[in-house]
Amino acid sequence: MATQHSRSAARLMMAPAVTLLLGWMLVPLAMTLYFSFKKYLPLRGGDLGWVGFENYVRFVTSSAFWPSIQTTLVIVGGVLVITTVLGVALALLLDQPMWGQGPVRILVIAPFFVMPTVSALVWKNMFMDPNYGLLADLWRAFGAEPVQWLSQASVPSIIMIVAWQWLPFATLILLTAIQSLDSEQLEAAEMDGAPSPKRFWYIILPHLGRAISVVILIQTIFLLGIFAEIFVTTGGAFGTKTLTYLIYQRVLESQNVGLGSAGGVYAIILANILAIFLMRIVGKNLDN
Amino acid sequence: MGRIVLEKVVKRFGQAEVIPPLDLTIEDGEFTVFVGPSGCGKSTLLRLIAGLEDVSSGRIVIDGTDATELAPAKRGLAMVFQSYALYPHMTVRRNIAFPMKMAGMDQAEQDRRIAKAAEALNLTDYLDRKPGQLSGGQRQRVAIGRAIVREPQAFLFDEPLSNLDAALRVGMRLEISELHKRLNTTMIYVTHDQVEAMTMADKIVVLRAGHIEQVGSPLDLYRTPRNLFVAGFIGSPRMNFIDGAEAAKHGAHTIGIRPEHMEVSSTSGLWKGRVGVAEHLGSDTFIHVHDTGLAETMTIRVDGEVDLHHGDTVYMTPREEMLHRFDAQGLRMAEVGVPA
Ligand SMILES: Nc1ncnc2c1ncn2[C@@H]1O[C@H](COP(=O)(O)OP(=O)(O)O)[C@@H](O)[C@H]1O
Ligand SMILES: [Mg+2]
Repeated sequence: MATQHSRSAARLMMAPAVTLLLGWMLVPLAMTLYFSFKKYLPLRGGDLGWVGFENYVRFVTSSAFWPSIQTTLVIVGGVLVITTVLGVALALLLDQPMWGQGPVRILVIAPFFVMPTVSALVWKNMFMDPNYGLLADLWRAFGAEPVQWLSQASVPSIIMIVAWQWLPFATLILLTAIQSLDSEQLEAAEMDGAPSPKRFWYIILPHLGRAISVVILIQTIFLLGIFAEIFVTTGGAFGTKTLTYLIYQRVLESQNVGLGSAGGVYAIILANILAIFLMRIVGKNLDN
Repeated sequence: MGRIVLEKVVKRFGQAEVIPPLDLTIEDGEFTVFVGPSGCGKSTLLRLIAGLEDVSSGRIVIDGTDATELAPAKRGLAMVFQSYALYPHMTVRRNIAFPMKMAGMDQAEQDRRIAKAAEALNLTDYLDRKPGQLSGGQRQRVAIGRAIVREPQAFLFDEPLSNLDAALRVGMRLEISELHKRLNTTMIYVTHDQVEAMTMADKIVVLRAGHIEQVGSPLDLYRTPRNLFVAGFIGSPRMNFIDGAEAAKHGAHTIGIRPEHMEVSSTSGLWKGRVGVAEHLGSDTFIHVHDTGLAETMTIRVDGEVDLHHGDTVYMTPREEMLHRFDAQGLRMAEVGVPA
């Protein structure tokens, strides 16, 4: 329908947005690539020239690299499992007609509006503090020794904090998906003799397949970069050093911009591998 | 086997009484059609029988046992929904197999019944497709297939043809009638389309606002509608109603005459009018007549082609024995010498 004229007008009007977006992405990417091939130590001599792939080799051969990849995957995986399983459960609950549905839904979504730094601080001080945290009180109430959450169970603690933040997102997407299910399908299944667990398994869950893959895809992309939650709780100690955190340490704590940039490039590669892999799954789900 | 009895069944949604106390018996093997305007409670009544809604009071007896509190799956009924309600992620085969799988039937028997149903419904070539890859008519057949493999006591259909185009609708109508003749199972069929009701039913139940207005065979309803509502609802085109002096001549408050029960002439007759729109269907012609002084417009049906044009004067003479007389309450009055 679009004429030649209106098409070129459309291009012209989109141009500023596209340019801005490209700049936004390309400039940092180009700078990361640029620095990753340099020996660049801001406090120890600055730019010390090109070093080829030395930074890349050093980054992967450092003893912190593989553990950081592992930690990243464990945290991302843990959060994904918790948010999708609980998200489906919560969405099912919220879909039931009940008194005060509106306010309850808003409350459930609330954690998503809390900034990561804030929520991590709240968890760290209000819940997980071994002396005056609520969880410590709870443990003591049962006569047990309070758990030093962030040192003794550091990775699960971080998974818990991040899952708490992302659960509303998963719930929201899954709730809308559940609401889009044609109720006649459930009624048909009921008449076909499927009790509610089977209706869930054969009708609701397949219907949610698409939404679940979208949740997983989007969350993975964001979760690969979690930083604030680790920074304000363990500071990367006790085995909570993710790839992102390692890069941060290389750049800011060791003041080695080149090495950190090489790590950044690895992070991009990791994210892309996961993204392609997930897109395949989502694509397959979107097909039918 | 599939005899269904409703005793004083009431359904309320909150304050609104959608079905006032209602008694109805559906005999085994009967093809019963619930017909009525949109929103009159047809679907609700069907869903009460299916068990998808709980009755507010009253009893539902299926095959001699009280089914009022029975779960839908335990009532031995199969339902075909308006939206077909196929399971979109399952193939046609798995859709049809679903009720049998839930019942834990053995695989060989399942396969046998699927093959039989697929053959009867012309679905054999489509068994491995998903519902999304089928046409409306095929989806409808899958939904019917899923119902028949259960070998239920009765089938419930809720406006199953309303999503199909006109040609398919006629075809599917025949197929469902055919299916009923073959299986001889009780069927309850809900529709707002009186043509479907007339063509398919053994027994029509005309509903208005949850009330049963009349129960009877299609021809009963056509010949002796119990009141103005049924008279106006059954039959196409609609019956003409005349109030006032002309009706008083016949000792009635309102008289009704069907469009097909009037003689038409361009020279002489009892009533005179002016031709409005003429709808030519080839086999017959519907002529809308204005300015009769009797009713806003009247419709007459004449066989084949007629030489009448817009604006022409036309004379109509009702066939006396085909006149319907109604009293001030809208109820049918006894025919002269014959009780109503
Ligand atoms: N779940 C419900 N809650 C409240 N009112 C309902 C519900 N289902 C149906 N109704 C009302 O009951 C009446 C009959 O509806 P329905 O049986 O669907 O009519 P039909 O199938 O004859 O078009 C309508 O007025 C409708 O608004
Ligand atoms: Mg309906």
